[in-house]
Amino acid sequence: MEQFLINPECLVYDNHIETLSSTPFHYCPGCGHGVAHKVLMEVIHELGIQEDTIGVAPVGCSVFAYHYMNVDMQEAAHGRACAVATGIKRVLPEKYVFSYQGDGDLAAIGTAETVHAINRGENILIMFINNAIYGMTGGQMAPTTMPGQKTSTSPYGRDVLSMGNPLKITEMIAQLPGAYYVTRQSVHTPKAVRVLKKAILKAFQYQKEKKGTCFIEVVSNCPSGWKMTPVDTISYIENEMFKFFPPGDIKVPDAKPLVTVTAEQEN
Amino acid sequence: MPVKATVIIDTELCKGCELCVMACPVKGLQLSDRFNLKGYRVVELYTENCTGCVNCALVCPDAAIAVYREKKPQKAQTA
Ligand SMILES: Cc1ncc(C[n+]2csc(CCOP(=O)(O)OP(=O)(O)O)c2C)c(N)n1
Ligand code: SF4
Ligand code: SF4
Ligand code: SF4
Ligand SMILES: [Mg+2]
Repeated sequence: MEQFLINPECLVYDNHIETLSSTPFHYCPGCGHGVAHKVLMEVIHELGIQEDTIGVAPVGCSVFAYHYMNVDMQEAAHGRACAVATGIKRVLPEKYVFSYQGDGDLAAIGTAETVHAINRGENILIMFINNAIYGMTGGQMAPTTMPGQKTSTSPYGRDVLSMGNPLKITEMIAQLPGAYYVTRQSVHTPKAVRVLKKAILKAFQYQKEKKGTCFIEVVSNCPSGWKMTPVDTISYIENEMFKFFPPGDIKVPDAKPLVTVTAEQEN
Repeated sequence: MPVKATVIIDTELCKGCELCVMACPVKGLQLSDRFNLKGYRVVELYTENCTGCVNCALVCPDAAIAVYREKKPQKAQTA
């Protein structure tokens, strides 16, 4: 009926950009990984840096990120994405390098690699997808699981006395001199997605300027692991996760205001 | 009123999560009674009042939504 609108001139949101492959995501319905993949790839598309970007995929539900992200990708062993990204960036310093990691990957088994890469100020972007659980392996408790949250390994809810508190790894690494830009964003509302996109744009600009490590935590969901409908995960993020993991910038450079990279500058 | 904007939903990519339904300010998206080849019940647009705000597309985890909006006539100034 609206055929007159269906033309490239009127296209205001394109869901088939070339930085996303045509392979459908394998994620569960409503999974935040899909949104995080899309927004990261939209930024790379808009900056025109597809040919100059190398990503490192984790172990976790997003282990197949390399099937979806249409840029050069390398898979890393569980938790080691920051170390692999370090190697790639040092050999190819003119490339934009990012790692994409879950909370189990980055904040549990990979804590050491994460901390030391940031402490060295490696000039990479670390995308940290915090869904408060080990999604891939069947919903076990992660270091970032909420107090009282039920998982398959905390069936009565996380008891902080015996299991500790959620790990604020983003606040921790912000203390390191090598961390240049540290922010926590989310994917649960359209507004949050817009803000996240701006943060990723900034991070690539800083990487171009060789400023050091940029770290973006993305508060996300896991409807299957949380045993909730996708719609219910949205209020869980707002009412529970934000208590411990409030969105916002954690470390911002005091340098001059940013000029956004344009495709022309890049080519 | 003429239609100003619309969405094209790739129903084979849709997984019926309803996050777009939640995000639509004009409540124009709903689960339909159709199922796709994977067996997911899919969302469809049920309004002519779509504003082309792209909210639904931003939160769609499966990149199922494209948004089309009429080009605005050139205004002298915007606030
Ligand atoms: C060395 C090693 N230890 C354990 C595992 C099992 N394992 C696979 S994914 C995963 C955790 C994934 O959780 P997270 O990083 O939060 O990713 P999500 O699936 O939640 O996105 C674990 C423990 C493994 N693959 N390799
Ligand atoms: S298990 Fe959780 S993190 Fe993994 S795809 Fe499903 S919803 Fe996403
Ligand atoms: S573009 Fe905006 S108004 Fe149109 S269907 Fe999507 S959310 Fe609703
Ligand atoms: S957000 Fe996307 S996958 Fe979910 S119901 Fe809407 S169109 Fe389908
Ligand atoms: Mg996880």
